[in-house]
Amino acid sequence: MTELLVGTRKGLFVLEGERGSRFEVKIRAFVGEPVDYAMRDARSGRLFAAVTSPFWGPRIWFADDLEDEWQPARGVALPRGGKDALKRVWVIVPGEAPGLVYAGGDPGVLFESRDDGETWELNRALWEHPTRPRWRRDSGGLSVHSIVPWPGDPQRLALAISAAGVWLTEDGGETWAHGNEGIVADYLPEEARPTAIDLCVHHLERAQRRPERLFLQFHGGVYRSDDAGASWTDIADGLPHDFGFPVVLDPADPDSAYVIPVTTADRVTDGRVVVYETRDAGATWTPRDDGLPQGDAYLSVLRQSFAAAGEGDALELYFGATSGEIFGSVDAGRSWFGVAQRLPSIASVRPA
Amino acid sequence: MAIVRLRGQLEKLAGGESELDVEAGTVTELLQQLEQDHSGLEGWILDERGELRRHINVFVNGEPAEPDTAIEDKDKIEILPAISGG
Repeated sequence: MTELLVGTRKGLFVLEGERGSRFEVKIRAFVGEPVDYAMRDARSGRLFAAVTSPFWGPRIWFADDLEDEWQPARGVALPRGGKDALKRVWVIVPGEAPGLVYAGGDPGVLFESRDDGETWELNRALWEHPTRPRWRRDSGGLSVHSIVPWPGDPQRLALAISAAGVWLTEDGGETWAHGNEGIVADYLPEEARPTAIDLCVHHLERAQRRPERLFLQFHGGVYRSDDAGASWTDIADGLPHDFGFPVVLDPADPDSAYVIPVTTADRVTDGRVVVYETRDAGATWTPRDDGLPQGDAYLSVLRQSFAAAGEGDALELYFGATSGEIFGSVDAGRSWFGVAQRLPSIASVRPA
Repeated sequence: MAIVRLRGQLEKLAGGESELDVEAGTVTELLQQLEQDHSGLEGWILDERGELRRHINVFVNGEPAEPDTAIEDKDKIEILPAISGG
């Protein structure tokens, strides 16, 4: 049995189903409210949901069981009395120490919890970084949307911010450095590109068995780093479009990555829904469309709406679209099936 | 003292109290005092800038109020989500 936590514009849907079959809605929560992200921390079993209430503002909620009442976490806020207010929580990620959990949000902020997500503190070094005035909001805001710990080392962490590029720390978030060498922002004038900081990274992932390797989907380009994010090589050659939002990896294979290319013009699939897979670190890409819609299909798959469970030949992949459809694969992308349809617009999909 | 009525989530955050007595001269002062008296409410009605959240309405004796609306003794205050949909 697989459980999927699905954040939608109209609440959290928890789906459950057998591998390869259509899933059923098991539980709904936060009915009618935008749930931007939801996940279960495998270490504690605790559930988290990032909810942007139109009334009460953005908040992280947690529950230890789906039947429990959700509790609001404390401390997910900017310093009081300032000029900014927190707009949204984009992602929640388990850290590499007991009780350590990270959350990223808009405006370009990182929160840390050391008590399994009950209380949180703003990472001040990133908040007060001297380059912050040069960070740029994109159409989705100014978002810390990707947080990738280094397996086994809580001191090392990488972040991606739209639009402020890749950030790296090796001292547990006390100091932050850019990791942008090689990323080309073709939406900027050529003269501005070498020193650009307003880089619109859409998603960042780290290879679990080779942590110095990362993959990122850019706003025009797919990149790989083999030096822990210091520099990047474009690997989009062979894809029909270099634009897209999510990227997913097989934890068993550091040469693997999956992307869902969309057109630059309208940010949707070009009539056919095709997942592209590489198993040679981006040298070649293989289309994976068996079971996916191949006609009149113009889907928008957002950055948190594609996720994996398991690994290797048993790798399960799931992605949802703003049209309310979810597709899954239980054979590492070789074939796909319909998981759910007619849900509200999907913002995130995470297997529990 | 003004009488503040809370419902739903705000009532829960205030420890289950549906009516609270608060001393304040204006709506903003009342909301700040409310947060001081009940830390669970911090950030729910006023954001980090101290501004009333956009889709929250405050009523004084049944009339829509602004942040600088004066509060008198025994005024009845309600804090409610705005009409929304879609």
